[in-house]
Amino acid sequence: MDSYDASKLTPRQDASSRLKDFFIGATPLQKRLESVRKQTSFIPTPPRRKIPQGSQLQEDIDPQKFAFLLHEQWTLYTLTPLYKFSYTNFKEYSKLLNAFIAAEKQKGLAVEVGDDFNIKVIFSTLMGVKGTQRDPEAFLVQILSKSQLPSEHKEEKVLWTGWFCCIFGDSLLETVSEDFTCLPLFLANGTETNTAIIGTWFQKTFDCYFCPLAINAFNLSWMAAMWTACKMDHYMATTEFLWSVPCSPHSLDISYAIHPEDAKALWDSVHKTPGEVTQEEVDLFMDCLYSHFHRHFKIHLSATRLVRVSTSVASAHTDGKIKILCPKYFIGVLAYLTELAVFQIE
Amino acid sequence: MSALRPLDKLPGLNAATILLVGTEDALLQQLADSMLKEDCTSELNVHLARALPLPCSVNRPRIDLIVFVVNLHSKHSLQNVEESLCHLDAAFFLGKVTFLATGAGRDSHCSVHRNTVVKLAHTYRSPLLFCDLEVEDFRASMAQRLVRLLQICAGHVPGVSALNLLSLLRGSENPSLEDL
Repeated sequence: MDSYDASKLTPRQDASSRLKDFFIGATPLQKRLESVRKQTSFIPTPPRRKIPQGSQLQEDIDPQKFAFLLHEQWTLYTLTPLYKFSYTNFKEYSKLLNAFIAAEKQKGLAVEVGDDFNIKVIFSTLMGVKGTQRDPEAFLVQILSKSQLPSEHKEEKVLWTGWFCCIFGDSLLETVSEDFTCLPLFLANGTETNTAIIGTWFQKTFDCYFCPLAINAFNLSWMAAMWTACKMDHYMATTEFLWSVPCSPHSLDISYAIHPEDAKALWDSVHKTPGEVTQEEVDLFMDCLYSHFHRHFKIHLSATRLVRVSTSVASAHTDGKIKILCPKYFIGVLAYLTELAVFQIE
Repeated sequence: MSALRPLDKLPGLNAATILLVGTEDALLQQLADSMLKEDCTSELNVHLARALPLPCSVNRPRIDLIVFVVNLHSKHSLQNVEESLCHLDAAFFLGKVTFLATGAGRDSHCSVHRNTVVKLAHTYRSPLLFCDLEVEDFRASMAQRLVRLLQICAGHVPGVSALNLLSLLRGSENPSLEDL
């Protein structure tokens, strides 16, 4: 009798304890699937975010090394984790990519000896472009044109630059297994055709997927608030906003420029908790700008769409274009972009 | 210019009146047209308004259902709805108010986060519907749904009342909204 009862009890106990273990040890991805099944709205907008600070690994990096990444306009893409990517095989990757580009350019054309095929592809690591020690190293891909005449020591021209990075990508790093390298943010500068060719090669080689990252008006207003909150000794550019008014046949653009110190003064009057930015402060900051504009021009800017934000720290466009101006907040800006990229991947 | 009350007028015979409130005139007009095209046993009246309070001078029938339309692309429409909600008698929120959020399909154009509207609907204990009013098919199915809701709120469907419907709709909502 005892054994019969015991056998009846244990399966149920076993199942419930297994269920409990499932939830305790569940990775964030499993928890997310569970919430989707329950049809709960999963990701709330975080009510507060930290103002971008300098990187915690400031001692390791030499700001001169990534000075060439500043003041350039980058187009943003999100990238799913790369499968079996290795930092030691850079030479091999360079050769393969070089051959691939040459093959692509030759497709459909008769073989010509031209400058196009004298290109060199370089893979290199970007030391220090990461948020925590856990983040994978960022790396850079460049296409250079080799000069035809070796006697003239001409400098090689950079045709295309692209770099991959991950800043504070903890939520994504937790969900993937060992074989994958997570570098969710991809920034490219150069012609669209080159970006497409390189994207295709990466997708074929590492089984990943590129997707353009668009920044919506909500996130642009967060960026405006966070970048205005950054303490700067010396302002390089005016703070400028651009709105697009939806009307037919051609949309109207409204541009609003503020002296950066006035913007900072406005932010300081709105800001309460030191070191953090909350949703209410962002809304209040933007509402102040909107009501000031309305008082003078009787136009409700809140009914239009914010398209571009430009401050002394960085400037961003809704199509996914970014230009970082200030080396001090370089990592901070990338951290927010990584967050957007990770959110889009998920 | 007083607050709208749900029961201060007598109902018309077989008439059901809906009030659509929102800043997006074109979308409201299109939604109204879709609703009037629906086959319905009751006589439908659709009123449109930019904001509350409504002017007292107009002689209007009793309003059975109010739908607040928020465009997620425009913060202005959200602020407009928030201001209008103050001019409504509390008894309306017993099933005769619905929120409708449009524009969620094009995320790159959104300036209002979804959760803001979800929180708003939760605060007023009213159902929230999502629909891209710019797409004709979605608009037509939403119009069908609103006509059905309106019939229930006007009391034309035997056995179901507005309050009944509200508790039915609330039951299927996720309980974790309290975390927001």
